[in-house]
Amino acid sequence: MFRLTESSRLSEFERKVLPHLDAAYNLARFLMRNEQDAEDVVQEASLRAFRFFESFRGENSRAWFLRIVRNTSFTVLKKNRPDEMNVAFDEELHGGQTPAMDAGAALDRAQDRQTVRAAIEQLPPEFREAITLRELEGASYKEIADIAGVPIGTVMSRLARARHQLQIILSKPK
Amino acid sequence: MNHDDIRELLHAYADGELDLINAREVEQHLQSCDNCRREAEQIRALREALAADSLAYCAPRRLRRNVRAALRREAKTSDKGFSLWLIFATGAACAAILFGFVFFQTTRLSRDNTIVDQVIANHVRSLLATHLVDVASSDQHTVKPWFDGKIDFAPDVHDFSMSGFPLVGGRLDYLDGKTVVALVYQRNKHPINIFISPVPGSGDSAPASSSSRGYNIVSWTHREMRYWAVSDLNETELRQFVGLVTR
Repeated sequence: MFRLTESSRLSEFERKVLPHLDAAYNLARFLMRNEQDAEDVVQEASLRAFRFFESFRGENSRAWFLRIVRNTSFTVLKKNRPDEMNVAFDEELHGGQTPAMDAGAALDRAQDRQTVRAAIEQLPPEFREAITLRELEGASYKEIADIAGVPIGTVMSRLARARHQLQIILSKPK
Repeated sequence: MNHDDIRELLHAYADGELDLINAREVEQHLQSCDNCRREAEQIRALREALAADSLAYCAPRRLRRNVRAALRREAKTSDKGFSLWLIFATGAACAAILFGFVFFQTTRLSRDNTIVDQVIANHVRSLLATHLVDVASSDQHTVKPWFDGKIDFAPDVHDFSMSGFPLVGGRLDYLDGKTVVALVYQRNKHPINIFISPVPGSGDSAPASSSSRGYNIVSWTHREMRYWAVSDLNETELRQFVGLVTR
């Protein structure tokens, strides 16, 4: 009987949480910036999520799971790469004011996938997180706030600054 | 709002996170301000570059396999600890059910009043949190499909601009423990929220008015749907609006 209960818990978890494995990996991949660490983080976060599945109240399973993934990622980053956590993007160094460019044309250069991915990876972790969730996962401000554990106003300002920095990085000649 | 206020809202505007009233102010400002228009254009171009090619990574098949295997191992090892836990849980659940039953009996009488309170609270919250609508449109053919897939019933959505009650938009809300549709209309400066929720098997009931804390509420049932219209609008005009909805 207990075996049955446990396996039904597993199948419920597989049904509700595992569909978000791509989103989880995508977030971890941009936060950790390499495949191996991203896989480790997602594996660890999946187990953690399964252990705490009782605490899931049936609201938004994607946000719930991604919150665990981002917390696991930041824990690993802080432990293994503390120097990366403190590197703030120097807006002055990277050109200060957004160049008055013809936005459409200047960004054409950036169309290829690797260039844009590499540009996102140059951002500080919290900004990578905001951009990934908003632009790649289509999360609302409210969801991002829930996942990152910050107020909506912070989400708004992180997104604004992250986009500003991306514009600077992408409009630079290679 | 002045130029600096608007500038801060440009990102929220591009992300579709503004309510209709703020979005309109931004749009009006964009028509007259070259700087903001350029910045809005840059945000749009950047968002396009990010969306043009699918940048998102997919979980490798290996990872998928490993996660499933690890979960299965975890489920097995937690079986033993789980049985003891289950005994406690069963006891706790019985207590909770008993408590819930007593609680339900004692609160059933005040239930209608609490729904009215909730309706008003939802209405007030929708105005405070600049979260009046999730889909801002006066076009019923935009608002109605927006609900598809989000709820398991299809609300009737009509625009009553011609009669002086323009449709502002819609959103999902939460009422009496259920996800409900909220449609938003406007009469002069007064927003009107209508909450709609299915009640299978119930008969039709005529609109009934009540008021509380300065808000007027009209509720009725029609074709197994329960409606609550709430506004600070006077009762006569709210009734007139309800007449349009129920026509």
